[in-house]
Amino acid sequence: MSEQRPAVQLDHPTLPLVKEAFSTVPLQATQFRNQTTLIVPSQHLHDIMRFLCADPRCDYDFLSDVTAVDYLGYPAKTQGRFAVVYLLASYKHNRRLTVKTFLDPTIDTTGIDVDPALEVESVTDIWPGCEWREREVYDMFGIRFTNHPDLRRILMWRDYPAHPLRKDYPLRGRGERESYRVIDREES
Amino acid sequence: MGLEAALPVDGFMTTQLNRVINWSRRSAVWPMPFATACCGIELMATASSRYDLARFGAEVMRFSPRQADLMIVAGRVAVKMLPVLQRIYAQMTEPKWVISMGACASTGGVFDTYATVQGVDQFIPVDVYVPGCPPRPEQLMEGIMAIQKLIDDDNIPYDGEGKRIPLQLALEPNYRPKPQPVDVSVGAT
Ligand code: SF4
Repeated sequence: MSEQRPAVQLDHPTLPLVKEAFSTVPLQATQFRNQTTLIVPSQHLHDIMRFLCADPRCDYDFLSDVTAVDYLGYPAKTQGRFAVVYLLASYKHNRRLTVKTFLDPTIDTTGIDVDPALEVESVTDIWPGCEWREREVYDMFGIRFTNHPDLRRILMWRDYPAHPLRKDYPLRGRGERESYRVIDREES
Repeated sequence: MGLEAALPVDGFMTTQLNRVINWSRRSAVWPMPFATACCGIELMATASSRYDLARFGAEVMRFSPRQADLMIVAGRVAVKMLPVLQRIYAQMTEPKWVISMGACASTGGVFDTYATVQGVDQFIPVDVYVPGCPPRPEQLMEGIMAIQKLIDDDNIPYDGEGKRIPLQLALEPNYRPKPQPVDVSVGAT
């Protein structure tokens, strides 16, 4: 059995359009099982997303999910530790496209301190439905979305001291589940 | 009760006041269903006509804690849900009992994560633990019967100030079918 991988053919029809419109921006694309991923620099993400939504040849009118990945300890080398992933769909052209942007933290990731490097511009002005998705990414990974209308935690409680889906956060937490007020018969 | 047959013809009987109080208490244990997960479905099945919790006088699910005396914590409790649980518990009127139904409510179960309470007894007093994932309706009834038996036998431990101390009983898992009626497996008396 030969271990040769077939040559990746980037035949997604949206890619040349993005390349043409953003000729100065370093772009990358990969394809896996007919799923195409476009990797963009985070500072250009919002412009590219606006183009993908507004241009009639792209017309990605549906953002089906926003999520993130923590690549800490990933076997292959990645461009950054965190990736924010946008799953786009176009009803008109019946096409799907994944857009990814990498971010690298500049400070210790165990706490909830604000890291200016972990910021991307929110796309809520393009697809308003992604408001809660971005809140979830913020809650779980601590990636902030600038210009988001209401960036609060969505799942964890307000003063939770960590972002639990980061890979350096232990599964059982750091004792948050135990440190709570106990009610006994005296109080009730 | 079958009391009528025991009544003499002139229609009265004598008993002790606390016996009557205990009898009425244990015959009308109104549960507050704190059903947060899959165990809640089994709790609903217990109240259904097949298992018929009404036989034990415990079918009146009260969604207001002020009208309930038995809280059945059925399902895993997220830490975010804990203040709600504690508040509901604090709002129930004495005397009150708590059943922790299922592995999750008693220990966190398989959900050993940062967001799940590892046993509600860490934060509120629990009287009876019903094991299982989920417990069969019979098992939950046995838990209710354990509480009824304790009420009946006047076996309600009080601390000095008249407050009840939690019983902390665990039901034995009972997988063997037995001829009915089955005695509760906790050593109540
Ligand atoms: S004990 Fe089992 S059935 Fe009950 S809530 Fe937990 S997982 Fe669901």
